[in-house]
Parts: sequence; C-alpha cells; structure tokens
Amino acid sequence: MRLGDSVRKIEMNFITQTVKELAMDANCNIGKSFIDELREALKKEKSAIGKNVIEQIIENDTIAMENREPMCQDTGLVVVFVELGYDVHLEGDLYDAINEGIRQAYHEGFLRKSVAKHPITRGNTNDNTPGIIHIKLVPGDKIKITLAPKGGGSENMSLVKMLVPSDGIEGIKKLVLHTIFYAGGKPCPPLIVGIGLGGNLEKSALIAKEALMRDLNDVNPDPVLAKLEQELLDEINQLGVGPMGFGGTTTALAVKINSYPCHIASLPVAINLQCHASRHKERVI
Amino acid sequence: MAELYVHTPIKEVDIANMHAGDIVYISGIIYTGRDAAHKRLVESLHENGQLPIDLSDQVIYYVGPTPAKPGRPIGSCGPTSSYRMDKYSPYLMKKGLKVMIGKGDRSEEFIADMIDNKAVYLQAVGGAGALLSRKVKTSQVVLYEDLGAEAIYKLEVKDFPAIVTYDIYGGNLIVDEVKKYQTIKPE
Repeated sequence: MRLGDSVRKIEMNFITQTVKELAMDANCNIGKSFIDELREALKKEKSAIGKNVIEQIIENDTIAMENREPMCQDTGLVVVFVELGYDVHLEGDLYDAINEGIRQAYHEGFLRKSVAKHPITRGNTNDNTPGIIHIKLVPGDKIKITLAPKGGGSENMSLVKMLVPSDGIEGIKKLVLHTIFYAGGKPCPPLIVGIGLGGNLEKSALIAKEALMRDLNDVNPDPVLAKLEQELLDEINQLGVGPMGFGGTTTALAVKINSYPCHIASLPVAINLQCHASRHKERVI
Repeated sequence: MAELYVHTPIKEVDIANMHAGDIVYISGIIYTGRDAAHKRLVESLHENGQLPIDLSDQVIYYVGPTPAKPGRPIGSCGPTSSYRMDKYSPYLMKKGLKVMIGKGDRSEEFIADMIDNKAVYLQAVGGAGALLSRKVKTSQVVLYEDLGAEAIYKLEVKDFPAIVTYDIYGGNLIVDEVKKYQTIKPE
C-alpha cells in the first residue's frame, strides 16, 4: 500500500524544538493558575510556619516566572508522554528527536543535569538524557507531547504495592495515609498525589504518573473515584504534615486517581507523589 | 520562636542559642555537599584519616545548584533531602562540622549522634531555589569539580534563612509542629 495524502509528514527537528521549548518553559513557569491554588491554600492554612512556607513558595515561583529561572534546582528527570496519531509519518527516530530536545533545553536553559549514567556505578550523562518516554498510538494526524520534569525528592517517596481485593478502599486509604505521613517533608509538600489503581505492577505506576498530568480542578468522571479523591484529600490534610513538613493543614492540594481493569486476584496501588513544583506542559503539533 | 543572626565559622554560643523553631539568618562562608561528595569525603577520611577540607565549626548545605546564568553568582539552589546523608554525617561531625542545612526529617540515630557532637540541623524551604539564590553572593568550586552540580562549592551568603529543626537539647520542630495539626493517625 502506498502512503496516501491523508498521511502527514512531520520533520524531526520540529519535535526537537517543541520538546526543548516545553522543557525550558516547564522548569521556569509554574503557571498563574497554580499560584492561584497556592494563594487559596494560604488562606486556609492554620499554621503560622505553614503560612510562611507557602508565602515563600509563591514568592519563589513568581521570581522564577518573571526572570525565566528554574523554580527549583532539581530540574528533574524528564518524563515525556507522546500521543502519536496513526496518520503521522515521522521522518526519523522519535526517541532521538525527543532526547535531542531535552539535551538542548538543559544546556541552553542553564538547567541542572540530574541523570546518573548507571544506578550502581553512578556518574552523570551530563546532558540530562535519556528522558523517560511513553508513546501511545491514537487516531488522527497530530502529535500531542506532554512533558514533565520530575524531581527526585518526591519520586523517592513514591511506591507500588500489590494489595488484594479484600483490602478494598480501607486498604488503599491506609496505604496512602501511611506513605504520605512517613514521607513528611521529604517529597516537598504541599503535594499533588497521583494514584494508579488496578492494571498490574507496571501499569499502575504508569497511570499514577498520568494522573499527575491532570488539571488540578478537573472532576473524575468515575463517581467512585471522584468520591475517593475527595475523601483522601480531606484525610491527608488531617495528618498534620503541612507545607514542607513543618506542620500544618495543607499537606496536599489535590488527589488524582486513574484506574484500569486488573486481575481477579489483585488490587495494584501505585502512589506517585508530586512536589509543589508541579511542572508539566503540553502542546499539540 | 526567636530570630538569630549568625556568622560563620559557628561559635559554641551560637549553637547553644539555637532552639527548635528559631529562624536563623546565616552570613559568611558555607559549603555545599550532597550524596556523591559526602561519599568521597568519607572515603578519603577512611583512607587518609583526614578530610581534604577543614570542616571544623563549619556549615554544610545539602544542595546541587543549577548552572548560574551569565551575570549571576549561582543558579537555583534550594535544599535537597537530608536523610540521604544520615550515613555519612557522623564522620563529618566528628571532624567538627556544626551545622547541616537541608530538608526533611532524619533518622533517630542521626539525631542522637548530632546531639552528642553538639551540632544542629536546620531546614531551608525546599523548592524555593530561585528565592534562596538571592541570598548567595559568590560561589566557587573547591573540591570534586568532576561531579558537576554535586561538587563541593564554597558559597558566600548573606542572611541565608533556615529554621532550627533539631537542637542540642532534643528539641524537634517536626514532631512538635505536626502534632498540633494532626487529627488522623496513620497506621
């Protein structure tokens, strides 16, 4: 079969340029709506130290936005979600193009290179590549790129646990509350809590990460999950951990749960914590 | 909750004055160091019996900054999680290290050892790297340049803000403050 007119050709340097721009923007620009969320949290926070911490975060994020500087020195391991239209013809290697965009952004944007070459022998790749790239095929002739520089502090406090069906909602809640309480200030609260329910070991982790890309104020279309998100948020904020773990009533700004069917014997639960530098940008090309 | 202004090198009386919850503004020279640099320091201590840098009465700030933009002394420079240094800190405190600045809680073993060594642990606000960079006047690599952001830098700071988290009297800001706002106990 010959490639028809319906197939859209996309040049690789267009992808590289897009990734570069998203990475630089994500690191410096948290977005006005997120700062508004912090201002709302500031009004509700009961601890004086907690309030002071939120004020410093708002000031920090504003300085970063105005001066195009990274808001946090941990400019992350770059996670890239690609939704690739079936009708796109790529004229090169997509992984290479994305990594080249990361390389250019971290060099030209004065961003920290935070990728160790090897988990045991360590070292540094010196260009912040490779990114963690997830590609999904979708209908159409577009490419949607969502990019998230993910910090190590909050990722280190994340986990996957294989619960069993009888653990149910109670088991899920216990695990989430335990994880967040004992993580304390280490994942840099106020947090966004991404939870992946179901699937299997790796699927739960992936959908937990995807949950972190959701809009902070969206409503889960699944009423069971929408209720659980709200209940968990209320309970997390009663743990006392507070902003940066200094005590207070703002431990999380949102809980986002994504789910997937799972084995009849399993209830996989992944908890992916996101620090208050909740950086993700997307673009459709 | 008091506000204290201290200048490095740290004096015994400075440490004695610090109580959990106090805000400390530090001026003078402080050193950076995180996982990889700590590992090397302790290895060289094991090999040669001494550190390649004099840490007596000094401050270590757990940070790996972003590269400085042209015209600026340093890039974004907020604290990293301190618990990862728990294994190494006792060796450095034995060599006179007095103040550690990072974020998050630390092990009970660390706290006990810290009190024995009459040292303190402070926290800066995590994720406030752009804001904290305004308190740094100059920066210069002094050891392990090959580690890049993980090298040991000598920073000249003015009124660098941090909160006393564990003091020499057993005061623990995290435990005390969290208790006040906690209405659910996790299992």
